[in-house]
Amino acid sequence: MNKAYFEILRAGVNTTIQDKGRNHLHHVGIAVSGAIDQRNYTLSNRLVENQLNEPVVEFAYQGPLLKLKNGKINFAISGDIFFKIIRKNLEVEDGECYKSYILDEEDQIDIISTKNSTYGYLAVNGGFDLKKTWGSYSINTKANIGPNDGKKYSLNDKIFIKKIDIKSPINKKINYDYSTDNIIRIIKGTNFDYFSKDAIDKFFNEDFLITNLVDRMGIRLKGPKLENIENTNIKSEGLVRGVIQVPADGNPIIMLSDHGTVGGYPKIGVVIAADLDLVGQLTPGTKINFKEVSLEEAQNIFKAYTEDTNKYLNECN
Amino acid sequence: MVKNISNLGDTAVYCDFGSEVNETINASVIDYFHHISKLIKNKKIEGITNLTPSYNKLIISFDLTITNYKKIKNFIEGLTINRDIKNNNQKIKIPVCCDDEYGLDFSRLTEKLNIDKDKILELYFSKEYFCYMTGFIAGMPFLGDLNENIRCDRLETPRLKMPKGSVGITEQFANIYTFESPGGWNIIGNTPKKIFDDKNLDQPALVNPGDKVSFYQITKEDYLNWNE
Repeated sequence: MNKAYFEILRAGVNTTIQDKGRNHLHHVGIAVSGAIDQRNYTLSNRLVENQLNEPVVEFAYQGPLLKLKNGKINFAISGDIFFKIIRKNLEVEDGECYKSYILDEEDQIDIISTKNSTYGYLAVNGGFDLKKTWGSYSINTKANIGPNDGKKYSLNDKIFIKKIDIKSPINKKINYDYSTDNIIRIIKGTNFDYFSKDAIDKFFNEDFLITNLVDRMGIRLKGPKLENIENTNIKSEGLVRGVIQVPADGNPIIMLSDHGTVGGYPKIGVVIAADLDLVGQLTPGTKINFKEVSLEEAQNIFKAYTEDTNKYLNECN
Repeated sequence: MVKNISNLGDTAVYCDFGSEVNETINASVIDYFHHISKLIKNKKIEGITNLTPSYNKLIISFDLTITNYKKIKNFIEGLTINRDIKNNNQKIKIPVCCDDEYGLDFSRLTEKLNIDKDKILELYFSKEYFCYMTGFIAGMPFLGDLNENIRCDRLETPRLKMPKGSVGITEQFANIYTFESPGGWNIIGNTPKKIFDDKNLDQPALVNPGDKVSFYQITKEDYLNWNE
């Protein structure tokens, strides 16, 4: 039996495989990686009745154009995405996010672009036929770890799909409210006191612009210069997703999934876990504000975030 | 010993062992790291996703759906850590070619340090170094301490692409770029040796914290014919 696969007719800007990420390797310098927007990753799997930790295709801005070979699948796309389905007979359907579809042999999915966000997710029922590296399918392009030799997909690559017999089509939908917020909640960082009173005032009261320097490692911001009155270099120490480092030039950098495991710039704050999906989806040109919350508040907000995700998962039918 | 424990955001614990960089403090960080790793493997503690040891800090990341800061903090405070007498640390020798096409920053270094290239190489190759940590990029070792006469600041403008295998120095430390990556260290050569091997699933990094590393110089011919 021939294997089912997607043939990549256009690779898109940054198309990779992601899942929950790869843990317990920070001490050798291997980032967690994993889907930037964990909630949308999880929802895409639910829409095709997968286990919630199956690997999916993550794409950024312009997504891939994929042709299905040797099979028939159910798929779904989550995010804020403009896409079309091009049937074998060249009929074109507008795609709807958060809804499962059937794709036949030789049909194509054309993921044209994200709208007001950076990342989207494509899940197929049964999952992709890939190998795990250190417990995860995530592609880490910085260390070349994971499927496709750890590289983002290029033209003519193939993504193999676990072949399963579709008895009845999956017909699922989620009424997802894709709203964005420009207020990012943070907890004070371990070097918060390195910054002048003026810098702290500016940090919480002025706008910060998302620059073009954005990738899966991090987001560089531009705003008022944050004056460090203590020391602009610290001895390199561990980082986590969401840490906001401020180098000597005074412009903050927010760490995302592929961030270096250690860094030597002072940490002014850390984005709370509940806002990490939101931060990862910010597009260049957007203006954001930072708001401080306590650890206890952050934990309560995270509880609400988890309940919200579960609500969407339960609603999915 | 841990001097102070605080939270790094809502998903990590920040264990501070002090502000100095020396082998005693670092050994304590590594002892905690090994001890907690073992407890995670034996399922004595739930929800920890990563341990990130560095010179004098240990960051413990956790899954907020399973545990929280208070639980991990209490767990750390309840630990009794014994000096790890079993010494699994290795001595590793690493070849480096320092021809000008690999040693990218000799003109900067000779100017800043006011000594010639031969002297830099003599001081660099005559020492054995201690691996404080690995990280930043996969398998990159942070080694110390350099002879005081060859300590130099980072590049004012970091390179966007540091060639894979680049051997660098900055301040009291030496390192190796295991992958092409952005970076700001002064480059004195390049090693053909594989420092990170993702096919070796048990121990992908050649150099691990606590190891002793020495370097030896090879010719360009040796470099080009290097075979592992």
